Amino acid sequence: MRLTDHEKAMLDGSHGAAKARAMDLLLRYGEALGAERLVETNNVAGAFNASTPSVRALVAKGFDAVYSELNLDSTEVVEVPRMAVNTCQLITGIDNAKWRIQGISDDLAEQQKRGEAFFGRRGVNMHATCTPYQVGNVPVKGEHCAWMESSAVVYCNSVLGARTNTEGKESTGAAALTGRIPYWGFHLDLNRRATHLVEVGIPVEDIMDWGLLGYWLGEIVQDEIPVLTGALVNPALIKLKHFGAAASSSGGVEMYHLPGTTPEARSVEEAFGGRPIADTLRYGSAERRRAYENLNCASERKIDFVMLGCPHNSIEQVWLIASLLEGRRIHSDTALWVHTPRALRDTAERNGYVRMIEEAGGVVMSDTCPAISRHLPKGVRTVATDSAKQAHYLPAITGVAAWFGSVRDCVEAAIAGTWNGTLQ
Amino acid sequence: MSEVATHTIALHGRRVVGGCAAGEALVTRQTISGWGGIDERDGTIIERRHELRGQSFSGRVLVFPGAKGSSGWSAYFHMTRLNGVAPAAMIFTRMTTKVALGAVVTRAPAITDLDQDPFAVIATGDWVLVDADRGVVEVTKR
Repeated sequence: MRLTDHEKAMLDGSHGAAKARAMDLLLRYGEALGAERLVETNNVAGAFNASTPSVRALVAKGFDAVYSELNLDSTEVVEVPRMAVNTCQLITGIDNAKWRIQGISDDLAEQQKRGEAFFGRRGVNMHATCTPYQVGNVPVKGEHCAWMESSAVVYCNSVLGARTNTEGKESTGAAALTGRIPYWGFHLDLNRRATHLVEVGIPVEDIMDWGLLGYWLGEIVQDEIPVLTGALVNPALIKLKHFGAAASSSGGVEMYHLPGTTPEARSVEEAFGGRPIADTLRYGSAERRRAYENLNCASERKIDFVMLGCPHNSIEQVWLIASLLEGRRIHSDTALWVHTPRALRDTAERNGYVRMIEEAGGVVMSDTCPAISRHLPKGVRTVATDSAKQAHYLPAITGVAAWFGSVRDCVEAAIAGTWNGTLQ
Repeated sequence: MSEVATHTIALHGRRVVGGCAAGEALVTRQTISGWGGIDERDGTIIERRHELRGQSFSGRVLVFPGAKGSSGWSAYFHMTRLNGVAPAAMIFTRMTTKVALGAVVTRAPAITDLDQDPFAVIATGDWVLVDADRGVVEVTKR
């Protein structure tokens, strides 16, 4: 790879051991990709927390050791300096206020807080959400970013028109200290053009339908770039958030175009930009049903746990749940957890939404989710969720069975203690 | 002389991560999820509808199209190395940032861009040598 003089100086240790290890990783990573050079970035979203039992041995050696191994792939322990560029923490494994409800030990919660204190004062902004774009990190069109979190990456590329590959814990760790990331993939114009045309033959309007479309699409196109046409009604933030998360779970979709909505394609023609159409796909009632059936792996109708808010809920989603629960009572055998970024939880609390949900017997969580934490209420066998991503991952990670449906289906399941959701 | 002559096939490709290692092949035509798709404690595939579900890649040469799913891909393969259950080597066909970074931090020899279709040549159970420094894969059919 071609390096600038400044990059060479970082690599040879002139700017300290940590930046040298970071450059060494970026070089190995860039060469693995076949990248020719690095690109400057001033927007990094990564995972700097130490919230799992498996990192305890490293934490015992100190947080410099944690960062060296897990964020720089460096066996040598280096002292972590301040982040060189704007850097934020994505979702973590522990709710800093409600860890006991999660079933997490006090000492593990303490470990996360000590990690946050260490990395916080070095400039890692503790947004602690999978949706940094909901709480102030909104890159502009064309901005080069280094983001993790597949659902945030697809949002960043597609909806915002900023540029990021799906980075990992180690590459974001290196980018945060150097302000560099390999110039490859979605950083280049050529690789942002559509490959697949998707003709949506049925109206896709509510959030559940956006999730089903995304889940079907990801499994078919994997990590190709679809452009979608058809009756895609009112594609608002919450719908695109769910759609992208679903498509990046069943496959690896990192970018899509919705002509007239997303910023890099006003038309199907512009989305392809002269690139040949690899395939044309059609989505109709049969495809919708197949996605629904693939997501619903449960057979037991008794619901132990209802999980809402993956990706983390927006404030209007919290408001909808609070409205549906007002004056009602969640079944005594069923737990309901709602997940939203901490900054939005403050708003929800101020509005009284948190109280409305708590009065019905629910819990409003932040900083985490059950798939990341691997912590669900004790004894849970069957889960209901409005998230295609969570329905995809929870059974694999935690061994539970899952029902997927609309937020209304899920709230009704929490109140009745049984699943009655159907595909209309 | 035995008639069961060993039959070796050589494939040539591009080094992703240097080094040389050999092992029994574990082959899938399905992409693999890292976070949420593997158990980093024993190297098994856990994704619910994956054809390798329940099988471990620990110490084997993993032949697969590439990565899908969460950005935790590299972190989870990284942990398989720390836990001593990483693949011996990796052969994949579709380059992405997830699989590139994952291979780098797993520090197992890795090769891509082969001159023959690895899925046509390599079957689960074959003995495979991955010499990433020379860009060569040697397959001994079983």
